[in-house]
Amino acid sequence: MSVTTSPPGMSLVADHAHEHDPAANALSGFWLFMMSDLIIFGLMFGTYITMLTPMSFAGGPGPKDLFELPGAAMETAALLTSTFTFGLASLAMKYDLGVRRVVFWMMVTLALGLVFLGLEIHEFAHMVAAGAVPQRSGFLSAFFGLVPLHGLHVTAGSIWLVMMLIQIGRTGLTETTKSRIARLALFWHFLDLIWVGIFSVVYLGGIA
Amino acid sequence: MSQAMWSAVFGRLDLNSLDFLRMFLHPSMNDMILSGAAWLVIIGAVVTVALLTWFRLWGPMWSQWLVSVDHKRIGVMYIVLALVMLLRGTIEGALMKVQQADGLHGGFLSANHFGQLFSTHGTIMIFFMAMPFLTGLINIVVPLQIGARDVSFPMLNSFSLGLTVAGAMLVMISLVFGEFSTGGWTAYPPYTEVSFQPGVGPDYWIWAVTLTGVGTTLTGINFVVTIFKERAPGMTFMRMPMFTWSALCTALLMVFAMPPLTVATMMLAADRYLGFHFFTNSLGGNMMNYANLFWLFGHPEVYILILPAFGVYSEVISTFSGKKLYGYPTLVIATMAIGFLSFCVWLHHFFTMGQDANVNAVFGIATMLIGIPTGIKIYDWMATMYRGRIRFSVPMVYAIAFMVLFVLGGLTGIILANPPVDFEVHNTLFLVAHFHNMLIPGTLFGMLAGYTYWFPKVFGFRLNDRWGYTAAFCWIVGFILAFFPLYAVGLMGMTRRTVSYTNPAYQPWLLIAGIGGAIVTLALVSMVMQIVVSVRDRAQTRDIGGDPWNGRALEWATPSPVPAYNFPVIPHIHALDPFAVAKEAGFGYQEPVSFSDIHLPGDTWVGIITAVFGTALGFGLVWYIWWLAILSFAVLAVTLVGRGLLGDRHPVTIPAAQVRRQYQAWLAEVRTITPVTRALEWDPRNHGVAANEYFQEAAE
Repeated sequence: MSVTTSPPGMSLVADHAHEHDPAANALSGFWLFMMSDLIIFGLMFGTYITMLTPMSFAGGPGPKDLFELPGAAMETAALLTSTFTFGLASLAMKYDLGVRRVVFWMMVTLALGLVFLGLEIHEFAHMVAAGAVPQRSGFLSAFFGLVPLHGLHVTAGSIWLVMMLIQIGRTGLTETTKSRIARLALFWHFLDLIWVGIFSVVYLGGIA
Repeated sequence: MSQAMWSAVFGRLDLNSLDFLRMFLHPSMNDMILSGAAWLVIIGAVVTVALLTWFRLWGPMWSQWLVSVDHKRIGVMYIVLALVMLLRGTIEGALMKVQQADGLHGGFLSANHFGQLFSTHGTIMIFFMAMPFLTGLINIVVPLQIGARDVSFPMLNSFSLGLTVAGAMLVMISLVFGEFSTGGWTAYPPYTEVSFQPGVGPDYWIWAVTLTGVGTTLTGINFVVTIFKERAPGMTFMRMPMFTWSALCTALLMVFAMPPLTVATMMLAADRYLGFHFFTNSLGGNMMNYANLFWLFGHPEVYILILPAFGVYSEVISTFSGKKLYGYPTLVIATMAIGFLSFCVWLHHFFTMGQDANVNAVFGIATMLIGIPTGIKIYDWMATMYRGRIRFSVPMVYAIAFMVLFVLGGLTGIILANPPVDFEVHNTLFLVAHFHNMLIPGTLFGMLAGYTYWFPKVFGFRLNDRWGYTAAFCWIVGFILAFFPLYAVGLMGMTRRTVSYTNPAYQPWLLIAGIGGAIVTLALVSMVMQIVVSVRDRAQTRDIGGDPWNGRALEWATPSPVPAYNFPVIPHIHALDPFAVAKEAGFGYQEPVSFSDIHLPGDTWVGIITAVFGTALGFGLVWYIWWLAILSFAVLAVTLVGRGLLGDRHPVTIPAAQVRRQYQAWLAEVRTITPVTRALEWDPRNHGVAANEYFQEAAE
């Protein structure tokens, strides 16, 4: 729609081309949320690093006494694979390869996420049994502030995955569902990235 | 009932935690005031409920306000909350002034009660007065200024409001049940840890601040997306009004600066509830982490508070000088520079807490740098006024007082930014005088100016100017008397947060400050009177045309009160100050060629459910009533997930014919109104259509 002589300053013309794109808005909002969340993780990392001192160990166990690479490596493998399978789900969605394939890869992702959580809980139980509880020292408080926070995010992501599976069951792959799954995928990859940080700083850094 | 049963149902609530009974149990001046406050809250709540019932307002309040997602109504609800909290916060401030005036060798308040007063005063004024006030103004104004129908996420907006209300409710409830923290608004551990304050006080602080902090983060996200994505065609960044620019910068600060607060409060909660050792004295806790986390939030927060006020002043000074804003690009750059620098100075809040002198020097210099963009702004505003058609309206009085007082306060800030000087005056009333000197003329006057300026846009009538001037002068004089003496006693060595003292040299100054507190209380009375008189006389101050001040930005191009859909058709923007440019060319009130159907989001219960169950969640956590906390959390989770799955079930469509009818009726009414010149701005003849006088003068 064009106006031949538009008045200066502003003009009131009905413009059907100017429509909202809710999916794009939601995506922008979600990026901002992740930036905000990243600040939280950044500060938890910062706190953890400042607590890597003998003063904060308070005579209790330090990273060398607590962490073992095999367990952390298995958790890493589970989560990294799950981000790959979510990528396959996203591709199946993008190229319209059918709802069944999308659902299949999302279920694989969910299963791997649950495997990751199981391994993590197992590790925490092991630590608690050894007396390495958050109440023991500032360092352990920082550890249990950082790593389970990531675990909580994975739990939230898993619940979200279940919700999306329910929604696909209810309404099929609508535009709304697709845009939500796209954001969930972003979230899942984001958690993967955080985990790479945790693996490097907490586990590799702790054992080195 | 057995002890175990009792604590399962009521947690750690008991008879002693009912503050309204204390006046009978321990009759003393201190406990009379404590119980009196509790009774005020109870009576206030009962009277509100009674009035709503008597006037049969529950229905309208529910359907038009509580479940509404209209950004203007949400904004009004934020400001109502802010004004109620302003009432409480100011009375607390005045009470502390009176105590200190009387505080030589004693006074009438106990140290514990005084500690609660300065903690709630600070917490309320920052989180539940200033933040809701500026969020409310941003909500009302920004979508109008950028030519949008609503914010990007209207339901989220309602949810954020619910969280803020829940936090404020917790602070109010602490007057009735139990006590508030005595750890100040910053709640520094280890003093706020269980070992020093085992009671509910710090827990009230933690959950109130956490709830509103999360709400504010979401508000920030909402407005960044709104300003990036919802601008009308042609509304480029460099055509956005200054208020919208400051709102954008504020929203970005909210997104990035609120998370540190959430981290700090959650760690403190982990220490208090789960026995963690983030900040404890024992077993390797490190309270310096708290100081850093808190001020990583706290300093940007200062700019979250001040930037919207700068935005208001930019609009007010430009409009009431009848000129376009001088140096618009420099104001934009200065705003963004302030936003960036605000993340680089947090350490100046604890120069004395043991870091290297070189570190202090870096942060001291960074702090002084902020004076540069702020100075640019002051010069730009002065140049805007230069040879303008200045009207000394109420918002303008606030703006001029701000410019003088804020510069003085800024100069004391430069003094404090010097670490060696800061070592001398830290933790004294000099600091208290400084930040009140920034926040009262800066934020509060700005909010009150904005409230007066945009009031007719929302309600369709102007505020009474006589009571407005009275309030403004009481605020200005009261502020000066209440806080300038504190610079003197601060330099004399009086520490902040002191309930009583033994040095008689302080007392004359504190007496003056006490008088200032009384005058500020008169300002509050004037504001209440202003609302009463304005509503009574609203027929004489009707704003029909929607442009009572000869405004410049897009919001003045809409009818007052603004219809739910804001604009009949989305305007196309061709210039900065689009409405002013269009009016000067004689195109102020255009009739669109065609209309189309307008789609608006439907009402939602999410906000009110969040307010109620968010409060219950916080209350349950504070008092260890676990069943209540779990239940409330479950309700909130089910509500949000349910809303996510079901979506907006009641979207509204307004047919094009109806929009056309309403808009043409308004245009017809506008044409019957005689435009008024600026000399008649406060006259009953001003019905919101401005005469084109400057343009004519220029032509002559």
